[in-house]
Amino acid sequence: MSETIKLRKGLNIKLQGGAKPEMETLPLPSKVALKPTDFHGLTPKLKVKADDVVKAGDALFFDKYHPEIQYTAPVGGKVVSVNRGERRKILEIVIETDAKAGSVEFKKADPKSLSGDEVKEQLLQSGMWPFIKRRPYGVIASPTEKPISIYISTFDTAPLAPDYNFVIKDQLATFQTGIDALGRLTDGKIYLGVAPETVFGNLKNVVINTFSGPHPAGNVGIQIANTKPINKGEVIWTINAQDVLFIGRLFETGKVDFTKVFALAGSEVENPKYYKTVLGAPVAAIVNGKLKKSDYKQRIISGNVLTGTQISNQCYVGFYDSQVTVIPEGDNYEFLGWAMPRFNRFSFSRAYFSWINKNKSYVADANTNGEERAFVVTGQYEKVVPMDILPVHLLKAIIADDIDKMEQLGIYEIIEEDLALCEFVCTSKIEVQKLVRRGINLMIKEMGN
Amino acid sequence: MKSLRKFLDKNKPLFQPGGKFSKFGSTFGAFETFLFTPNHTSKSGSHIHDTIDLKRTMTVVILALVPTLLFGSWNIGYQHGLAFGIERGIFENFIFGFLKVLPIMIVSYGVGLGIEFIVAQIRGHEVNEGFLVTGILIPLILPVNIPLWMVALATAFAVVFGKEIFGGTGYNVMNVALIARAFLFFAYPSEMSGDLVWVYDLAGNKPVDGFSGATPLAYAAQNATSEIASFKDMFLGLIPGSIGETSTLAVLIGAAVLIFTGIGSWKIMLATVLGTLFMGGICNLFPANEYMTLPAHMHLVMGGFAFGAVFMATDPVTASGTEKGKWIYGFMIGILVVLIRVFNPAYPEGMMLAILLMNVWAPLIDYFVIESHVKRRLKRAKIKGNA
Repeated sequence: MSETIKLRKGLNIKLQGGAKPEMETLPLPSKVALKPTDFHGLTPKLKVKADDVVKAGDALFFDKYHPEIQYTAPVGGKVVSVNRGERRKILEIVIETDAKAGSVEFKKADPKSLSGDEVKEQLLQSGMWPFIKRRPYGVIASPTEKPISIYISTFDTAPLAPDYNFVIKDQLATFQTGIDALGRLTDGKIYLGVAPETVFGNLKNVVINTFSGPHPAGNVGIQIANTKPINKGEVIWTINAQDVLFIGRLFETGKVDFTKVFALAGSEVENPKYYKTVLGAPVAAIVNGKLKKSDYKQRIISGNVLTGTQISNQCYVGFYDSQVTVIPEGDNYEFLGWAMPRFNRFSFSRAYFSWINKNKSYVADANTNGEERAFVVTGQYEKVVPMDILPVHLLKAIIADDIDKMEQLGIYEIIEEDLALCEFVCTSKIEVQKLVRRGINLMIKEMGN
Repeated sequence: MKSLRKFLDKNKPLFQPGGKFSKFGSTFGAFETFLFTPNHTSKSGSHIHDTIDLKRTMTVVILALVPTLLFGSWNIGYQHGLAFGIERGIFENFIFGFLKVLPIMIVSYGVGLGIEFIVAQIRGHEVNEGFLVTGILIPLILPVNIPLWMVALATAFAVVFGKEIFGGTGYNVMNVALIARAFLFFAYPSEMSGDLVWVYDLAGNKPVDGFSGATPLAYAAQNATSEIASFKDMFLGLIPGSIGETSTLAVLIGAAVLIFTGIGSWKIMLATVLGTLFMGGICNLFPANEYMTLPAHMHLVMGGFAFGAVFMATDPVTASGTEKGKWIYGFMIGILVVLIRVFNPAYPEGMMLAILLMNVWAPLIDYFVIESHVKRRLKRAKIKGNA
């Protein structure tokens, strides 16, 4: 074990409705869907049409600019519809599931006995590749590039996040197989970021870094920045902890198995806990009948409250998300709210009274608690970004579309989630994550991948 | 409250584009968000937001200023009593002074907010909260005898030329309240300096024997350090001076509020104090005249130092934006205060000019802090590249 890296900056937002360590296995949902919109910058080319019958692992579409990257059906069945939005943009490909459809047969082998190219080919064909993202930019890795290392975070510090110690503890052997497969893809090492209390401490062929501290200590970007910060021209790959299991299962069984655990959490959930279902499951299958009765609007979020995506009850859970959070919408007025003591509202500053009881958990709604203003209060962002970065000045460079400055100030090291807390604490309610993505998009457009 | 909300909802369309009173949309919006925190919910990025907003931030600063306002009001009565040998109780002193301060505050807020509302309307912006603090800062840094029309003129000048032409709250280069004061200081020096302006009604009337109305800084500038009030009197604020500046104790209460809530930068406050002690200490080491022998810590309680360090230097818009820059910025203010006070006979008080000067320098400090940050990052990349 290496020594613990202590991160002091950051903020744990204590919210009500954390998932209890109980697991319930849900029946196979009647429909699942893959959403091309989950993949940043992807131009999908369809391989199937409505009424086609597919097995799990059959390609549904591929990337126009990287045709080798396949996006496959998480469960076998019949393609019932391809839903399109404005300008015929493909929004979701919906499959009516059939438990007997089975899976495409892939190679069943110990990844250590395979060559790097064989592993890569198997991941591309089976639809595992899109789980691998690259830094800079947090987009899907290019199969032709060589990463200097691969980083995996085994804990999530975001509010109400799932505890991977609980979710993965019985599948560590599979996790190891997944790691071994990923190890064939890089000449460098695999770095595992773990929490002080962890079940991942005995894995092999990895370098283990222990991180302690408040959110965003669990963000892989923060872990990279505090061990081997990315410089210009370097590429590091990252993958979510649960997604490593998919790869492990693929090599252990030769079949794709996208069984996945979601934490259902948030103050609007009657009994927050973990649900085992499948990638691409409809959110209704997870939340229906499990929310508190309310006469106000509720907001369903695929992901956590800082970085997740708001989805309707008819939608499907996001490709990369491991949790579903439900909070009050908060679209109501509050009389003289800014002048009230507001004992029940959380604030990072001590201008409200949440400092009185540090251990109290709060109900947070989606109200912005104020209107957007010019940037006034300095020194707030810096307190929640445990990286060698000047967040305010990086954001200013982004607003000015100044590529040189963005590069100098560290655009390669961040993605939206790393600065999400800045957006939370901002007095002026500036849309930080939107800005970060705008900067990244400009970099991709001007500099290429 | 429901009926009020209903009334607002019913009349809102009139003020929206196309409505009968759409010209007053910003004004309506300002009152609406004042009465009710808006029902806006997150549309992108983070779904939850901190409870704090600019209104609350400004409210906390105003609360922090209340002790100086209360003490300042009382001190007007107290000084007036001293000057003319009138005996009054604490409460009577306070009322006497408060009635003198109130008109100045009303003029400052009236003129400033009026301009803010008009400009917001012309630009089609929301009305920003910045002036809520400026409006109370301006009276607190003026002498009690200031004619009201001068307050109005200075406020208008400061808001228009100090802030709005740069784009409004958040974009100004120099502290707006200090611009108002500097404007008066240079345009009407006779109303802003000398021994007669600090105590109510002193000009033209004969005080009791032995009362001069001179501030400690005025004595110091004349190298009459023996005449300066005791450290204790200056700390408590029992001296003539601008309305809100005299009591270091009252300012410290405000500082505690700002630091505890995390709204004022303790780094700037501490750096300013350290800079003053540093420069004051150097003067003490090489005393060429009597003023230079004045112990360095006396600077901390004289004149507007404490008030400026806590409420003016920490203005986040005009101070350095980088955390390292804040140390440099504060320290430089501290040095400049002493330099101006001790070595410039024309300006007994150096705080205003020191802060304004460093306001102008703040972007330069930030520039160098960012450059050194970038250099360090580049070095990291190169070391790695070679390895």
